[in-house]
Amino acid sequence: MNLRDAEPATVARRVGDVILAVEGVSLAFGGVKALTDVSFDVREHEVRAIIGPNGAGKSSMLNVINGVYRPQAGQITYRGTKRSAMEPHIAARAGIARTFQSLALFKGMSVLDNMLAGRTLLMKSNIFLQALRIGPALAEETEHRKRVEDIIDFLEIQHVRKTPVGRLPYGLQKRVDLGRALAAEPKVLLLDEPMAGMNVEEKQDMCRFILDVNDEFGTTIVLIEHDMGVVMDLSDRVVVLDYGRKIADGTPDEVRANQAVIDAYLGVKH
Amino acid sequence: MIYREAGQFKTTYASDQQLFPILQDRVFVIGFLVFAFGVMPFIGTEYLFRAILVPFLILSLAALGLNILVGYCGQVSLGTGGFMAIGAYAAYNLAVRVPDLNLIVIFLLAGACSTVVGALFGIPSLRIKGFYLAVATLAAQFFIDWMFARIKWFTHDSPSGNVSAPPLQVFGFPIESPEAKYLFVLAFVCVFALVARNLARGAIGRAWMATRDMDVAAEVIGIRPMAAKLSAFAVSSFFVGVAGALWAFVYLGSWEPLAFDVNRSFQLLFMIIIGGLGSILGSFLGAAFIVVLPLVLNQVPGWLGVHMSTATVSHVEAMVFGALIVFFLIVEPRGLARLWAIGKEKLRLWPFPH
Ligand SMILES: Nc1ncnc2c1ncn2[C@@H]1O[C@H](COP(=O)(O)OP(=O)(O)OP(=O)(O)O)[C@@H](O)[C@H]1O
Ligand SMILES: [Mg+2]
Repeated sequence: MNLRDAEPATVARRVGDVILAVEGVSLAFGGVKALTDVSFDVREHEVRAIIGPNGAGKSSMLNVINGVYRPQAGQITYRGTKRSAMEPHIAARAGIARTFQSLALFKGMSVLDNMLAGRTLLMKSNIFLQALRIGPALAEETEHRKRVEDIIDFLEIQHVRKTPVGRLPYGLQKRVDLGRALAAEPKVLLLDEPMAGMNVEEKQDMCRFILDVNDEFGTTIVLIEHDMGVVMDLSDRVVVLDYGRKIADGTPDEVRANQAVIDAYLGVKH
Repeated sequence: MIYREAGQFKTTYASDQQLFPILQDRVFVIGFLVFAFGVMPFIGTEYLFRAILVPFLILSLAALGLNILVGYCGQVSLGTGGFMAIGAYAAYNLAVRVPDLNLIVIFLLAGACSTVVGALFGIPSLRIKGFYLAVATLAAQFFIDWMFARIKWFTHDSPSGNVSAPPLQVFGFPIESPEAKYLFVLAFVCVFALVARNLARGAIGRAWMATRDMDVAAEVIGIRPMAAKLSAFAVSSFFVGVAGALWAFVYLGSWEPLAFDVNRSFQLLFMIIIGGLGSILGSFLGAAFIVVLPLVLNQVPGWLGVHMSTATVSHVEAMVFGALIVFFLIVEPRGLARLWAIGKEKLRLWPFPH
């Protein structure tokens, strides 16, 4: 399944300047060093993969990028602004959205509400207008509903739009998670193992969605994924982490040929 | 096939976002309102208004307020009685100290006072959760009890903290007859229920539920859990405060701080657990259940020809409540409202099982 060849649009997609850069990021939980002096950058419109064995610090890296974790050292530069740490609401406001490795959906809410919640920052009307649901508040709800319905159509989940997400099968929940992130119309989309636990067919669908998002909206994508085939097919460049350190960085072919990467995946002792 | 959505195709999102998108619901609600406002005042007995409908409506309002906090936003509160007391005594002070203030304005301002205090006592929720938050709100309850029993200014120097509401009238109409009281309270409750439904379906309601379901994810999409929690405390306390003022002025007439003690807080919590957490209908069902159950239990021994002392009856009542709460927590945490929804779903498919 080589989606790269199957979809020439991906090749034509123009990769731009650096939009996000992390420099010398270190993060520890007590004695556990999750990340040690990690630096890499992400270019606008590209698909950037982060790979590495279990516990390598991949999820922690995403959590640093969108401000859920504060690194003890290092800097994050996003669209020209340098910070020692992100804050979740700053990241959200600046157009960084994400999905979660272990689903973090709003289980008691319908698919529609989950996605509408993703658009919270785009909504403006105050509590009094909402309480009366008149004028601008109602117009706004309808307008956002339209946008969300477009995403629902795109992800092919029309039939469950009013179902509480807690009742959906796992594969669909993963799609809703992606949908909620897309609803925010992000510039950068962080995807933490979007295909984990899926069968081949579901994986293919998910790959297609990710590529379409990247192609059609030009969304920059940072992707964590264990399936090497998927990584090789989707990504422009790959960062490899092992025990919290960066051990390789380059195109899929370069990374695949790198001895340190081969050793890390084969479990060679350092 | 009584309850069918089929054939009611929604051609615009606006029509799907109506208050009640399904025709049968709309007809039912309108019919219910026509009955409640137009027919009930003529057929109800004084006992029905005074002992059942007025307390049911006011407690529904308080339960609705509590449900916003507990059911929608996932924060616990054992201080609801205290916030009702704030509403009641605020209304009393406004009525006594500010002459010629419109009764509706008094109730809304009383709600506003409760909002402020509620948001203040909501601050601990930003740091603590679950059991610890429950204890913090319980402390609020005891503090408020103490405040109204001991600080004489609030009760206009009445010795035991016992105070009476002034004669009630609004726009020149006296609110003295049971029918007038019923209609007054009904109007309040309808408006507040509408507001609650609008809020719950809007951006702020989604922020509450998102904070309840997964606060980290909420933060990542730009919802501020702090703002969501505090607004839930504020809105909830507003509802509860207005309910407290209504309870004091319209239902009790004269009262002491004991009317709003911790038992009231628990009673309201039971209502929303039995009725259904995170459901507007559930708040009403729970309140109806808890208001009507003791009246029914009182009658049962008579029907069975058994003599029971009032003390025994109240013990039985407590036991039945306890059992029901355990039942709902284990079997159907979403309460009577969920059972109603299941029934409706069945009806929608009836007579075809699939
Ligand atoms: N909140 C936390 N508290 C304590 N330790 C943590 C926390 N989050 C991550 N860690 C630790 O940091 C290290 C890196 O974890 P992380 O989840 O980033 O790895 P990962 O590469 O995403 O692994 P996986 O492929 O299993 O998802 C692990 O040793 C983990 O135990
Ligand atoms: Mg991970």
